[in-house]
Amino acid sequence: MANFLTKDRYNPYIAGALAGVLAILSVVVSTKLLSKPQYLGASTTFVRAAGMIEERFTKNPLDVNEYYLKTKVKVDWQMMFVVGIFAGALISAVAGGTYSNELIPPIWQQRFGSNPFARAAGAFLGGAIALFGARLAGGCPSGHGLSGMMQLSISGLIAMVCFLVGGILTARIIYKGGI
Amino acid sequence: MELLLGTITGVIFGFLLQKGQVLRFEKQVGFLLLRDMTIIKFMFSAILVGVVGIHFLNDLGTIDLEIKDAVIGAQVIGGLIFGIGWAIAGYCPGTSVGAFGEGRLHALWAILGMIAGAALYAEAYPTMKKTVLTWGDLGKITIPDVVHLNQWIVILVLVVVILAMFNWFRANNI
Repeated sequence: MANFLTKDRYNPYIAGALAGVLAILSVVVSTKLLSKPQYLGASTTFVRAAGMIEERFTKNPLDVNEYYLKTKVKVDWQMMFVVGIFAGALISAVAGGTYSNELIPPIWQQRFGSNPFARAAGAFLGGAIALFGARLAGGCPSGHGLSGMMQLSISGLIAMVCFLVGGILTARIIYKGGI
Repeated sequence: MELLLGTITGVIFGFLLQKGQVLRFEKQVGFLLLRDMTIIKFMFSAILVGVVGIHFLNDLGTIDLEIKDAVIGAQVIGGLIFGIGWAIAGYCPGTSVGAFGEGRLHALWAILGMIAGAALYAEAYPTMKKTVLTWGDLGKITIPDVVHLNQWIVILVLVVVILAMFNWFRANNI
């Protein structure tokens, strides 16, 4: 039991089941303490971060943008949840001895070579496309996938299927050169 | 309190994602190339536990559901666009931050890209609101609403399907 921190990895079924317990506890505890259920989700935080950056570096007040107004740009539960994911992953990786600095993942390197700027450009572009799509869909694999599916929502089911179809087709095209 | 709860929940979630090896680019793209089912094992185990617990507690009246609006156009088009970006970046929003935490420094570029994508969507929102976000708006509906069955029958079917899928992974060693 004492080695739960230092184990280098958990069986993904066990880790996932524990994440399911966490998702339930989050809803129960937030209902009791905050009087509103907090289902896990991540993508709205990127909208709030974008709003904060625009507010800081441009003269445009945020209230000219309808979406920022609707999203309520502020540090909230979900933003701290996302920051927490960073910290939790860091703690787990250091404690388990699996922390490793990496500029280019091996699969990427095999396909696109060892230029870190190419990977940076790919990651940036991919990230931008992914987040745009997630906001259009109304959620990401956490909000629609995990939280939506565990509530048996139609929105979660459709989004999840489309995430997978879009991702699988694109991966085949870019890493294998064909469908 | 809200911020503290968010932080604690995030730390535990990030810890579990890292221990489950879900944060790795190789696991994300490995799944999309259908070679390695690690992230699906994690995700569907969480759904399996969650769907039973959430509906049980909802039946008891302990918690409320928070169903997102089903808008067919938005989830289909947005979902497919998301998938394209996911395959290129190798990360989704939650895992990008966690991957950066375990030293995958290139995930920072994905995070910055996601912030840029969010800003772009904020600009596009007025147009989307008049178009895609109105295409097939069905409201807050669930699978049991659509199939006209008791939710526990739907849950039973889902659980059986997920377990059969896990068994298939085992049989095929993926």
